[in-house]
Amino acid sequence: MSSEWPLYEVFVRGKRGLNHVHVGSLHAADDEMALHHARDLYTRRNEGVSIWVVKAADITASSPDEKDPFFAPSGDKVYRHPTFYDIPDDVPHM
Amino acid sequence: MTATLSEPDLERHFEGTIARDARIEPRDWVPEGYRKTMIRQIAQHAHSEIIGMQPEGNWITRAPSLRRKAILLAKVQDEAGHGLYLYSAAETLGADRAELTEKLVTGRQKYSSIFNYPTLNFADVGVIGWLVDGAAICNQVPLCRSSYGPYARAMIRICKEESFHQRQGYELLMTMMKGTEQQRRMVQDATDRWWWPSLMMFGPPDADSPNTAQSMAWKIKRHTNDELRQRFVDMTVPQAEALGVTLPDPELRWNPERGHYDFGEIDWTEFKRVLSGAGPCNAERVAHRRAAHENGAWVREAAAAHAAKSRRGREKAA
Repeated sequence: MSSEWPLYEVFVRGKRGLNHVHVGSLHAADDEMALHHARDLYTRRNEGVSIWVVKAADITASSPDEKDPFFAPSGDKVYRHPTFYDIPDDVPHM
Repeated sequence: MTATLSEPDLERHFEGTIARDARIEPRDWVPEGYRKTMIRQIAQHAHSEIIGMQPEGNWITRAPSLRRKAILLAKVQDEAGHGLYLYSAAETLGADRAELTEKLVTGRQKYSSIFNYPTLNFADVGVIGWLVDGAAICNQVPLCRSSYGPYARAMIRICKEESFHQRQGYELLMTMMKGTEQQRRMVQDATDRWWWPSLMMFGPPDADSPNTAQSMAWKIKRHTNDELRQRFVDMTVPQAEALGVTLPDPELRWNPERGHYDFGEIDWTEFKRVLSGAGPCNAERVAHRRAAHENGAWVREAAAAHAAKSRRGREKAA
């Protein structure tokens, strides 16, 4: 049996009101140990109020190599941005 | 829907990202040389943090007060943390952590030559914080803008924490300088021993640093070794004056024309000798790291066995 501990990715919520943000990775034997290691490694100075850990192998990611076609559906929809619309300057609260 | 780009296209895309000063991120295509250089630099840096726990760890049980002991424990724990941030960054480039450790304990990858010097008295703890961590900060602040994203982000965390390291060291020395004549002599003695090795931390002179040009072109490095060394000297001289110690270099003096301090010739033969393994503590440092790794094997195996057993239990219950 391999004694290699799997790689976990770590996400920390810096404070209430913020999203969890990826901060790095670590190795741990299981989920619970991963949480403890994440606390010791990434929040030694109150950097977080909540931690997520997830096995790196369980993450599905888009690949940078397919960047252009993958994000193309959002690239050509300028009308999704407020600046697409011309509104006269004197119309308030727009 | 993978768009397969040709190698010259990928190369152009990579060069464009660097030229725009944008960061390279994991899974981006990078030239093999960039990957290798980056892994080598990050691993060497990680190893330095891990080996760097030893010289100061030496004094944890002999710290003169509970306050100093708590500070020293926190600092050494930080060094471990820095090593782990960096191993984590190296892994995003496809390096394997177990393999990196293996390379360290078998001497196939290097770490900073500074950690091959012994810590002979408690003032060494202060001087390491002041000079060694000071030099590290000088080196590392520009690396926060290094082109490889995970490395740059690790450096940002590390620099924040190094500031505590440097200040605790300087404060320790100020306290000793206000003490007895013997304590002041200890500070001067430690300063004499660590000054030149600290200057060597910036690496060989530019003329003798074959990798610098490529690393600057890839924006892995932002300044040359000699530029950073000069910056460190300029920063440190007034700190030494404020502390009341003499830096052991008779040629050290302000040069108004250059607007910098001139300093004496570094003994590069010693640097090469220590780097090649013949420093006072090389064998001891690596042997200690290897023993810690081997003695911890049963813990890693037991934890993996426990995790496998719990997993089987859960699968049966489901």
